[in-house]
Amino acid sequence: MKQGTIKQILLITDGCSNEGEDPVAMAALAKEQGVTVNVIGVMKNDTIDEQGMKEIESIAEQGGGVSQVVYTEMLSQTVQMVTRKAMTQTLQGVVNRELKQILGSETEMEDLPPEKRGEVFEVVEELNDTVNLDVLILVDTSASMKYKLPTVKEALLDLSLSLNARTGNNRFSVFVFPGKKQFVNKLMDWTPNLDTLPSIFSKLSSGGMTPTGPAIKEALRHFTKKRSIRGLLTANGDEYFEESV
Amino acid sequence: MAMNTLKSPFNIPNGRCIEGKWHKNRYKIQKELGRGANGVVYLAEWKGRKVAVKISDNHLTITSETNVLKALSKAQGIALGPSLLDVDDWEIGSRKFSFYAMEYIEGEHFLQFIKRKGMVWLDILILQLLSDLQSLHERGWIFGDLKPDNLIVTPLPVKIRCIDVGGTTAIGRSIKEFTEFFDRGYWGLGSRRAEPSYDLFSVAMIIVNAYYPDRFPKKIGGIQQLQKMIVQKNGLHKYEPILLRALTGKYHQAKEMRLDLLTFGQKKIKKNQPSRPLKAKVPSNPPQSKQKRTAGWLETIFIFLIISLFYSLYIFGQIG
Repeated sequence: MKQGTIKQILLITDGCSNEGEDPVAMAALAKEQGVTVNVIGVMKNDTIDEQGMKEIESIAEQGGGVSQVVYTEMLSQTVQMVTRKAMTQTLQGVVNRELKQILGSETEMEDLPPEKRGEVFEVVEELNDTVNLDVLILVDTSASMKYKLPTVKEALLDLSLSLNARTGNNRFSVFVFPGKKQFVNKLMDWTPNLDTLPSIFSKLSSGGMTPTGPAIKEALRHFTKKRSIRGLLTANGDEYFEESV
Repeated sequence: MAMNTLKSPFNIPNGRCIEGKWHKNRYKIQKELGRGANGVVYLAEWKGRKVAVKISDNHLTITSETNVLKALSKAQGIALGPSLLDVDDWEIGSRKFSFYAMEYIEGEHFLQFIKRKGMVWLDILILQLLSDLQSLHERGWIFGDLKPDNLIVTPLPVKIRCIDVGGTTAIGRSIKEFTEFFDRGYWGLGSRRAEPSYDLFSVAMIIVNAYYPDRFPKKIGGIQQLQKMIVQKNGLHKYEPILLRALTGKYHQAKEMRLDLLTFGQKKIKKNQPSRPLKAKVPSNPPQSKQKRTAGWLETIFIFLIISLFYSLYIFGQIG
């Protein structure tokens, strides 16, 4: 099996978008391009309003990813759990496609008897540890998120610690929205670990609008930009996971 | 774990029967035992026998955990986790669940047991745990999510057992599941790669947790904060050397930590019985004992001379 790269956008937000394109549509676009969108909703005063909840769920659903709503204190654990779950989900999609090719059109892992399923899962687990992973982290820094940002930073450092214990390579990039002049600001370009995450992260000026849709769109552009440059260097190196799930 | 998931949680009412799609076994649900981010565990009845059934709407979780349980049961004898009885799917209407049935381990939670029976049991249970971990590690696995909540103590014979193997990871991979307080990565004291020292860090934190039942939040983190918390607590203080070694990854095998805990226990006995230390030291230090022996000879000669002196004085007096 060719060694591929899993591509994920991890959106950390606490509510509803109110500016620009529909984030659910942008998540759908991402999925079409082989990028999974995961969403973590950070609870505000122990609740998230119904509309925000629905949006968080829909973005992840449409983006082929995983969503989870948590209290701020639980963030670290959740960030890594969501990322991992989404990886497994993507890999399962890949394995399911292989199964269909081998066993016929309508066979998925779930259709196998539990004993066989266990053997197939070994493959998924193996891949989970060895596959390369690119995560673009998209952080909502609108006013209501302000006091949660130190925790977000800690959670991201923790995520890089967890993922770097894997055998496969990781690359992280961090974007924040709303940006000062544009919708989105790039805080960090692709890097193997997040130790260098700037301390200005928690001092970002935060505005009132929440352009989640445009932020996902911009994040997606960053993936394609990177891919075209890398494509020149390693021809079709990561085509394998492109259409995953 | 108080994790709030968006996916609708499920409840299976007591008395309800669930039937496996593949193996056709029927389980009668009796009560809920626990609920986590990855599923619900129920007490159930199967062929007149009590079993625990873990049900999840995510079949990957079930497959992953049954793989671990199978691997653990391959080596018979020492059973750290519950033994696996059945794996199957349950379909109801349009909803699909996966589940597995396992041995129902009946007992008391670790911290509760120690609270009720006294700290004297802490060392014993930790020694039991360490020897179980040693054999788990030898088989190529790391427990991962080791914490008091996952430990059950069965009565008579008192034995520690682990009830949740969801975090068990093959050595060399990255830890699948963990809980912050017991995770060395959280405290900034090491990676999340699955190796024996990862579990031993958690064991040290379990001992800490026994003395701090409410745990404590991370402030500065690192070994400084943990050492401070250990030193300032009555009773916990005495474990300092062992805990520090475990927390900083100095133990590479569970049996090293176990041996230290054992000999440390014996030292405590020595302190209480001041007549024994000299005797105990003798075999460990042979050159010193040789000196002692020559000193003994000198003493004998000296006493002999004095007695002879008194005797000659007595004889002299008799004559005179």
